[in-house]
Amino acid sequence: MERSVEQVLSRAWRLDPQVALRPEPFGALAYHFGSRRLSFLKSPKLAAVVNGLAGQPDAAAACRAAGVSDSELASYGRALAALADRGMICEAQQEG
Amino acid sequence: MSITDAPSAPTLPNQPLRPPSAGPGNSLHAHFERGLQAPICLTWELTYACNLACVHCLSSSGVRDPRELSTAECLGLIDEFARMRIFYVNIGGGEPTVRRDFWELLDYAVEQRVGVKFSTNGSRITQQAAARLAASDYVDVQISLDGATPAINDAIRGAGSHRIALRAMERLAAAGMRGFKISVVVTRENVDQLDAFKALADRFGAQLRLTRLRPSGRGAKVWRRLRLTAEQQRSLYDWLRAHGEEVLTGDSFFHLGAYGGALPGLNLCGAGRVVCLIDPIGDVYACPFTIHDSFRAGNIRHAGGFGPVWRTSELFLRLRQPSADGACGACGMFDRCRGGCMAAKFFTGLELDGPDPECALGHGEPLLAKASAANLPAASSDHSRRPPRRRAAAPSSPVLLAPPPPAPDRSADRP
Repeated sequence: MERSVEQVLSRAWRLDPQVALRPEPFGALAYHFGSRRLSFLKSPKLAAVVNGLAGQPDAAAACRAAGVSDSELASYGRALAALADRGMICEAQQEG
Repeated sequence: MSITDAPSAPTLPNQPLRPPSAGPGNSLHAHFERGLQAPICLTWELTYACNLACVHCLSSSGVRDPRELSTAECLGLIDEFARMRIFYVNIGGGEPTVRRDFWELLDYAVEQRVGVKFSTNGSRITQQAAARLAASDYVDVQISLDGATPAINDAIRGAGSHRIALRAMERLAAAGMRGFKISVVVTRENVDQLDAFKALADRFGAQLRLTRLRPSGRGAKVWRRLRLTAEQQRSLYDWLRAHGEEVLTGDSFFHLGAYGGALPGLNLCGAGRVVCLIDPIGDVYACPFTIHDSFRAGNIRHAGGFGPVWRTSELFLRLRQPSADGACGACGMFDRCRGGCMAAKFFTGLELDGPDPECALGHGEPLLAKASAANLPAASSDHSRRPPRRRAAAPSSPVLLAPPPPAPDRSADRP
């Protein structure tokens, strides 16, 4: 499932309910209890973005709230797309 | 027994996400080597009791230790795992299901959102148990099997154990349990059966997991006889490279990266850094293959829990220091194999900062040939059942490899 960075950044996301996060000095570990897969969030800022997803209207806003600069935005979008492909984050329901 | 299985595909968003200030020392790998807030992969041996007597048992299991953690202590540990956000634990033994409170502990862990993967010989996987396991996302099962055929398997695990394991797999599959693991210790005898193991896993919708034979526990006694030949080791590597992430290895074979290309996994010795072991009496060891006084970090009873041992034990802090490269430092492949497995070196009497005894480039062989039996570390503990008292010149001795007759729990050898 390929998603473009623009698609990812313009939509609302949240941590999948089956995923747990653990902060680590390098960022965070994320574990999906359903797929039993572990992912590494390789920077504290990415961990902050993922933690803040649920409270924001779209991923770009979550990135900005976590202090991601415009020049970094695309790389964070790609990281979020990879997490979405692995089912670590899921789209927040529009009607919610 | 397992070590970093979940990240067998360390799934990194591959983008350059390091903060600008990060130097090479801040790579993820370096973070792992310096240790984490909590283990990625925690093995918890619930009991030394076992109804089998596998010849290569890493924990020399057989008889229950009277000092085994109580149910209340186990529940307390699970609470602590949850607080430390240890996502899942690998439960083993011994045969963990022989503990009377096994299902209670499993249920409690799941309630606390601590996932469990447990290793079993399958003897207690009834239809009812299989249905129960299939119903939970938080529980995974690993059935041990060391031969695709009864002859090969039972020589290692005891008469009838192949049939028992297969019956458990059939029950799990029938109950709808998908993706359970079939866990194989690769030996000289079964390495020709890798395709057969894979076919078996495919037949049950299971996943194959291959691990390395280690000279730990009772494995020390059979290691030289059962370990892979150099040719077999090379063909194993090729097979693993061909199968990629569809076969799990628990990062078992990272020393084979020295053949040239890395295998999936973290590819480092995680002992005391990202993995560790808690044994049935609460002793914490650096990894599942190092149940020996030299690698005991502390005890959860004496330290006031697991967290203090993980965070502050002198042994673990030492293992997280940058290690000297030793004899391997000059080798061009050091970055690939990192010198191999600490336990394999220790229990074969080799230097910890030298080559792995099964170094892919062959640097271990001359050292192994020189290592004398007198230099091997003596076992610090052994819960093996004593062989039945020998009658004068037993007529035949299949007894050697068959499981011993069931015996009631006895006190272990230690006071």
